[in-house]
Amino acid sequence: MKTLKIEELSKNFGSTEVLRKINLEIDEGNFLVLLGPSGCGKSTLLNIIAGLETINEGNVFIDDYNVSKVEPKDRNIAMVFQSYALYPSMNVRENMIFGLKQAKTSKDKIEEQLEKVSKFLQVDQLLERKPSQLSGGQRQRVAIGRALVREPRIFLFDEPLSNLDAKLRVEMRREIKKLHQQLKTTVVYVTHDQTEAMSLGTRIAIMNHGVIQQNDTPENIYNKPSNTFVADFIGSPSMNLIKGTLKETSGEISFTASGSNVEIPVKGYEFKDKSNLNNKEVYFGIRPEHVYFKKSNESDFEINLRADLSEYIGHEQIMTFDYANQELLAKFPSIIKIELAKETKLFFDLTQTSLFDAQTEERI
Amino acid sequence: MQDSLKSSSYQQLEQKSKYTNMFLRWFLYFILIVFASYFIFPLYVMVVTSLKTMEEIRQGTLLSWPSGLNLESWAVAWGGRGYGAGDTFLKPYFWNSIKMVVPAVFFSTFIGAMTGYVLTKWRFKGDQWVFLFLLFGCFIPFQAILLPMARTLGVLGISNSVVGLVLVHTVYGIPFTTLFFRNYYVSVPTELVKAARIDGAGFFKIFFKILLPISAPIIVVTVIWQFTQIWNDFLFGSTFSFGEAAPIQVALNNMVLSSTSVKEYNVDMASAIIAGIPTLIVYVLAGKYFIRGLTSGAVKG
Repeated sequence: MKTLKIEELSKNFGSTEVLRKINLEIDEGNFLVLLGPSGCGKSTLLNIIAGLETINEGNVFIDDYNVSKVEPKDRNIAMVFQSYALYPSMNVRENMIFGLKQAKTSKDKIEEQLEKVSKFLQVDQLLERKPSQLSGGQRQRVAIGRALVREPRIFLFDEPLSNLDAKLRVEMRREIKKLHQQLKTTVVYVTHDQTEAMSLGTRIAIMNHGVIQQNDTPENIYNKPSNTFVADFIGSPSMNLIKGTLKETSGEISFTASGSNVEIPVKGYEFKDKSNLNNKEVYFGIRPEHVYFKKSNESDFEINLRADLSEYIGHEQIMTFDYANQELLAKFPSIIKIELAKETKLFFDLTQTSLFDAQTEERI
Repeated sequence: MQDSLKSSSYQQLEQKSKYTNMFLRWFLYFILIVFASYFIFPLYVMVVTSLKTMEEIRQGTLLSWPSGLNLESWAVAWGGRGYGAGDTFLKPYFWNSIKMVVPAVFFSTFIGAMTGYVLTKWRFKGDQWVFLFLLFGCFIPFQAILLPMARTLGVLGISNSVVGLVLVHTVYGIPFTTLFFRNYYVSVPTELVKAARIDGAGFFKIFFKILLPISAPIIVVTVIWQFTQIWNDFLFGSTFSFGEAAPIQVALNNMVLSSTSVKEYNVDMASAIIAGIPTLIVYVLAGKYFIRGLTSGAVKG
């Protein structure tokens, strides 16, 4: 039984297609993050799961029950919003129990739930306050509390941390993570922040233009991006994508960047399909953090590149190198001194590379 | 040498800017006083005249101070002289106006709040057209609809009645009240409605429990606006009602213009003030919310 299953879901607003044939499954207790740039349809998808938006095609199942036409309140879900959406005229107590009261829960049960949740979230001292008298973090907590008291099957979070300042965001992120560890409920979480996605999710679905690009564990998303969009979207600075061709000589496959004659052997790379690789136009992907200044593995590939630009950011520096007229970024500890406009010896970690078809931009 | 020269020239500049500032300040006060007296002058004349006897009015000037607090003309304006036919006084019409203005303000405000709520929080296909057509209502000169409205009231059987006037004012208030509430609710996060829907609240519950409690500023604005409009209306009042059912502005007109004998300026002035007092009270009581409501926008929380 899947806690949440989405089947061939499509949605359009007028002639604009927002979601296209989305398929998604979540097991009990998973933390799924929907990640993507603004306008990719992730919030719409969440609203559809909540029942706040109608569906044009496809179905949504919760616990194998088709809820496509079920009212939001009857879907056994709870949602936390970006603007917290606490009812301004009600105090914290009324905010938290509003849903239970609507559901005609017995007074004792309401009190019990309220006490349990408010203690758990440490808002039991704030029950008589109005939302306007709370700080950002407290509002966030109350909003989560309002979702918790309903004991839903699925928690939906719509960018809940974007309204907080940087420091508080990191704190609340940890709290949400702890919360999930303790309660083990199923969560669907929308964000455009990759750090949030990586640190919180047990699974991440990366979306772009209404299509899920990759739905995988954070590790696979980072290490084995399924296309150039994912490769480019995750990581800061994002993955270097060097254009070039593959060459196959007596079973050994190597990569040559266009305009360069350095052959990089890629024999360790796990190709999905080993046929027709010779002369294939590809992107060679390597993350800035996998370009080393010192040789660290036996398989590291040595290359001399000219340093063009240095960006110092405290604990590290981002260097831009010229690789056959293509830019290659690398991240080093800031203590390393590298002279600009000079050839520098670098090492590519070949166990951490990705190759993409230049035409389809898919991983090969 | 250089330094002392410098500091003396700075002193001169300082002195100069002080004089300029002083002059500008006094000029500002002068202008403000001129305009303030321009606006207060008619009111002064009204109040002073209403307290005079006819004798005093004939002998003194417009601005002269009354001999004492002579409230007789106020009593006449409100309750009449007590003789039978042809005696027009404001009391019954004042209550007519109250009976008209209270329900008309209530219904137009309530309906405006509802439409504003629907147009912002329950968007539907073509809602912007509905809003546009509603806005047309704000721009249509009221004279243009007098005849069709008279016919409508006739068909409904409520012409020449307070109920008829309530209907007219409610209908023609809706464009304005809708505009106010729509613009206010636009700034209320729609996520509130979503949250309430997930919590299981329906259309009306969301309106009454979530939105209405935070609408105080805009309700005040709307009530003041509608109250002033409806209370001060003469056109609809004089067209759709006459005799006993007339609102106070029509009665005031009849009183002042139709007196056959000597013009009693003191009574006229007292009547005019009485007719204006309710709007004044509303402004004094709610004026500060009026400004606040007009300028307030987003509801944080």
